Amino acid sequence: MSVTAAFMVTCLGDVFYPEVGERIVRLLRRLGVSVEFPAGQTCCGLPLFNSGYHAEAAAVARRTVEIFSRADGHVVVPSGSCAWMVKHEYPGLMTSAAERTAAEKLAGRTHELSQFLVRVLGRRRFRSAVAGRLTYHDSCHLLRGLHESQSPRTLLREAAGAELVELPGSDECCGFGGSFSVRLPEVSTAILDKKLANVEATGADCVVACDAGCLMQLRGGLSRRNSRVRALHLAEVLEPEDHLPEGSGEPFQGSPSS
Amino acid sequence: MTEPELSTPFRERAGRALDDRFLQEALTIATTKFIALRREAFAELPEGEALRDQARAIKEATLQRLDHWLERLVEQVEGRGGHVHYATSAEEARRIVLDIARRTGARMAVKSKSMATEEIHLNDALEAAGVTPVETDLGEYIIQLAHERPSHIIAPAIHKTKGQVAELFARELKRETVPDPEVLTRIARVELREKFLQADLGISGANFAVAETGTVVLVTNEGNGRMVTSLPRVHVAVMGVEKVIPSMTDLAVFLAILAKSATGQKLSVYTSLVNGPRRGGEPEGPEEFHLVLLDNGRVRQIAGPLRESLNCLRCGACLNVCPVYRQIGGHAYGYTYPGPIGILLTAMLNGPASVKDLAHASSLCGACAEACPVRIDIPRMLIELRREVGEQGIAPWPERMVFRAFAWLLTRPALYRWSARLGRRLQAPLARGGRIRRVPLVFGEWTRTRDLPAIAPRTFQERWAELEREGRR
Repeated sequence: MSVTAAFMVTCLGDVFYPEVGERIVRLLRRLGVSVEFPAGQTCCGLPLFNSGYHAEAAAVARRTVEIFSRADGHVVVPSGSCAWMVKHEYPGLMTSAAERTAAEKLAGRTHELSQFLVRVLGRRRFRSAVAGRLTYHDSCHLLRGLHESQSPRTLLREAAGAELVELPGSDECCGFGGSFSVRLPEVSTAILDKKLANVEATGADCVVACDAGCLMQLRGGLSRRNSRVRALHLAEVLEPEDHLPEGSGEPFQGSPSS
Repeated sequence: MTEPELSTPFRERAGRALDDRFLQEALTIATTKFIALRREAFAELPEGEALRDQARAIKEATLQRLDHWLERLVEQVEGRGGHVHYATSAEEARRIVLDIARRTGARMAVKSKSMATEEIHLNDALEAAGVTPVETDLGEYIIQLAHERPSHIIAPAIHKTKGQVAELFARELKRETVPDPEVLTRIARVELREKFLQADLGISGANFAVAETGTVVLVTNEGNGRMVTSLPRVHVAVMGVEKVIPSMTDLAVFLAILAKSATGQKLSVYTSLVNGPRRGGEPEGPEEFHLVLLDNGRVRQIAGPLRESLNCLRCGACLNVCPVYRQIGGHAYGYTYPGPIGILLTAMLNGPASVKDLAHASSLCGACAEACPVRIDIPRMLIELRREVGEQGIAPWPERMVFRAFAWLLTRPALYRWSARLGRRLQAPLARGGRIRRVPLVFGEWTRTRDLPAIAPRTFQERWAELEREGRR
């Protein structure tokens, strides 16, 4: 079986979180996926769209459709919001019928990472790259835009070596909201404070999210309060299980078991 | 009508709300309770989702032939001896009610909770005309005593703690009080009983008006709605034109979801069906009944970008789940209707310029659309309003320039990559351990409370060549 995927790194992923993209590429390769990275990528245009600059967003969308139309197979996106933009908003931004057809085609083969792993590849067993207790924050666009709450949880619950605890109010926004976070910074921060209080109350070592926007907000807040909790992208947690000999723990570094 | 709150910029109003300890306490308790109750109520109703779809479909179909259903309604109400008035504006609606008050010699009006009368600022107009308005819904009574405006569509005094209400009653009613809702309710009840008996005019809103029977439907919890519509000589109901529904069968669909969405109740305590004035042989009811149909910018939106918001049932569910509303409460919005739906209604009533800041008072998290019983896509219309504000040049020009420049950059990949390199050089004095504690200009708003990630030493695009080679090995 040969699966091909083009990786859409997204602007935040490219500039701020390249290590997440690297992990995704390596993870997918370990699962037997042949990964391409179409050149000329910038941003999906969501910040423009959400702020009401639709003609500008359409110009960006048109480029993205063109770039990814040249690649074969699936398109994998590390952020629910960008995946939602491509899947739900691109077709409506196009003007000609030909453009719309191309945008719809792209929408159909584009997947957010957790959905790609679980729903397309059918892979759910991974090892956790981090030990301890994890909790999961539902990104708004993934949850309410793409109606996905299960795939990330399945992956985290089954990840060997970590324990998943539910986050109270996990479906509540983290307060990022793109330009909202700088237009109304006080309100955005108040929403974040509530989210972080919930995260800290779980006793988790890490809060996991599937969106670079949420991560930027969560990390920004955690790091400012010098919290011991880390905010991680799903891809920073998942490690292919075949790293390990079958059925064993950590044979090369662990102390002899008693 | 002036909006005194509006002299302060929205961001500042929101900031004050965040600093108000009592408001924060009251909001957290109330919205958390409402969210849980709504969730439980729908969990017990497996057909809930289908009913929501059905309600939505009825509203849409009614809007398509609004003129027809309004004509039916008028015929039926008049056939039962009632009078119908059509008000194109708030001013006209006020004049109609004042004329009725003057003609009937009314000195006191008891009111049951109505957002439509809040929208037209009826109380101020009545007072100016020498008619004393008395709010009889407990929440409305509280805020009237406090000389405030409702801060929530269904829970007007949601911003007050019971301690604050006790202090208010002690001060305004000269009563001994304790911060106990039951005691406070009893005090209000005694005060209001007198007013019901004295009033010449009863003023209500309408949750629905059934076209085929001419019935005005009121959904309340305190029984005050029944007193208002049956004790005084004259009853005036003020309703937005979009509240008409075709039939009693349709009504059943809405009643099945309205209270569940609003308060999490299966049904509200009272569902009152008002069929016009008292007729021969009937023991109670008003001598005169007037229905005021209020347009005030609604009809224009049937073919406008805010059309969907005409489906709103005024249940308040979108306020309770909105992360912004939950932090700042209703008053900070500055207009009659707060919360996500309130922004749309404000734009409908006052034009897009009125929401140039409010349109951005949302993280677009979508919780409102999910909670809305008739599935109004509020985030989409907020984006639409942002677009209008931008395209009509209402948004400040530096902002428009920034977004256009950003778009220009995003369509030039080489320049985009170069700007990441430039950013990396500029950030050098600020970045420590991959994070930035303080930056100038617009992102300074971010770094006052949050760290900013530094641009990575090598972006993903700069790492790709290596990653690609790694893949070939």
